[in-house]
Amino acid sequence: MTTIADTRRRRGRVVARNTAVGWSFLLPNFAGFVILTMVPVGLLFYYAFTEWDVFGGATWTGLENFRQLARDASFWTALRNTLYYAAFHIPLTLGVSLGLALLLNRKLRGVAFFRTVAFFPYITSIVAIAQIWNMLFSPGFGPVNEVLRWIGVDNPPGWTTSADASMPAVIVVGTWRYMGYYMLLFLAGLQTIPAQLYEAALVDGASAWQRFRAVTLPGLRHTTFFITVLLTIESFKVLDLILVMTDGGPGQSTLVLSQYIFQKGFEENQFGYASAVSVVLFAICFVVTVVQFVVNKRRSA
Amino acid sequence: MTTLLQTPPPRVAGDELQPVRRLSGGRRVLGYLTLGVAAVLVLLPFYWMVMSSLKSNNDVFTVPVQWIATDPVWSNYLDIWSKSDMTTWLGNTVLLSAVVTLLQVFTGSFAAYGFAKVRFPGRDVLFLAYIGTLAVPWQSYMVPQFVMMSKLQLTDTLWAIVALQAFGALGVFLMKQFYETVPDELIDAARIDGMSEYGIYRRIMLPLSVPALASLTLITLVTTWNDYLGPLLYLRSPDLWTIQLGLKSFINQYNAEYALIMTGSVLSVLPILVIFLAGQRYFVEGIATTGLKG
Repeated sequence: MTTIADTRRRRGRVVARNTAVGWSFLLPNFAGFVILTMVPVGLLFYYAFTEWDVFGGATWTGLENFRQLARDASFWTALRNTLYYAAFHIPLTLGVSLGLALLLNRKLRGVAFFRTVAFFPYITSIVAIAQIWNMLFSPGFGPVNEVLRWIGVDNPPGWTTSADASMPAVIVVGTWRYMGYYMLLFLAGLQTIPAQLYEAALVDGASAWQRFRAVTLPGLRHTTFFITVLLTIESFKVLDLILVMTDGGPGQSTLVLSQYIFQKGFEENQFGYASAVSVVLFAICFVVTVVQFVVNKRRSA
Repeated sequence: MTTLLQTPPPRVAGDELQPVRRLSGGRRVLGYLTLGVAAVLVLLPFYWMVMSSLKSNNDVFTVPVQWIATDPVWSNYLDIWSKSDMTTWLGNTVLLSAVVTLLQVFTGSFAAYGFAKVRFPGRDVLFLAYIGTLAVPWQSYMVPQFVMMSKLQLTDTLWAIVALQAFGALGVFLMKQFYETVPDELIDAARIDGMSEYGIYRRIMLPLSVPALASLTLITLVTTWNDYLGPLLYLRSPDLWTIQLGLKSFINQYNAEYALIMTGSVLSVLPILVIFLAGQRYFVEGIATTGLKG
């Protein structure tokens, strides 16, 4: 008579016990995660609507920060520069890392060596990298310009010392640093494409280009999507590379959004205003990620 | 036409990241050529760094570029220790990297077991929160985080960096991916034998997941060692500086001592490069399975 109630009670007890055990596993990490990540992300949306300097507390000012942002020329410069960086860094890195992955997916001697080497820039400290490249790029005596002169470029750019060439210089270094990382992700994706598909395409007489279009690209769709999302976020948040390479200069030619947050927040102690800029950065990353997900879903449907 | 007749060799199951197809003739030469050029482009800056670190300062920038340090100035590697606080910086960095990695690996794998093998309500939503924050750039919440940390009086202490790096979602995600490949039957058998969940974690999961733990350890070590922004924001006292901050201040202070700056750069890269080379197989595996970075 009481079996159903018994089972239910027993099941309830199992769930309660599992919940307790489950949480006990999560807790050490979860506590830190909530306090150090979730809470600050939440606070961000409060601070953005306040006026706040180091002394005194936060005063609610509503949309005032955002109104000020709309009139802030430096903010628009930073936004434009961020888009500039993303617009070149994303396709360039996609192309180079996919190219390398295709090359390294072949049977060539030295492939294993190069897979390791391609990682060196990624595991190297950004301070050392920036310093090396700044010296390589130096206008008068730098090896880069010397090579350029040697191949017949009469007036090589000043790179990090010229307003026009500083962003391209940063983009080159950014791509150089991250291509090995994305190459590996592409390589892992390539491995999931069944060899039989290539065999079938070969039997049908498909050319290398046709095989790439009909087999490789569709087979890499998920990988490419995933990499594009990662790469987009990485481009929008670029900061350390720029801080140590150009510090936003010359002028404001390499000032990016996250550096503007850094300046307002940590150099001028305007926490509220810096948070408003942060909300913009957050929103851009969020919207771009969601759009990419929706487009990807629609395409695979 | 020979390329068309060649059938690709069958792929060996489980043998990941193996080359798939053989090239022939001219394409092969072209392949080598591209590989060679790419290798040079990647390695040249490193080569230049090492060579410059062995030159006298006047020889770093010469026209034409001196590609080989004919008379290596090994004394640069002694001078830098007396001109900078290399010992303090390296010491702090080693300490931080060790503590952060230990915490990240332990709390991450512990939580991952809960997410992967214990069933309880709300688990999947919670995990989604972890994944979601991986897409939120740290730069967008570094200001409120800093305000919070200064209220907790953690700024300008090494604890700030520990707090910042040790509880990331990366470890949880990477370890969960791995634990899910362990068959449930194995866990259930242990449960029937009366083993507690903690026992299963310690006696079954941990030993099984050594490769995944090695991956996570390497990725965390590299990330913490090379972190520049965290220490820049939080560590103001020179005796707390990490190698990245120290190197940067050294560059600002001795901005014309190019050879010495390159010596410092080599020293900042060398330890992590050695660790990477020793365990690069695990590093690559970790990245290939998660595709995420810290």
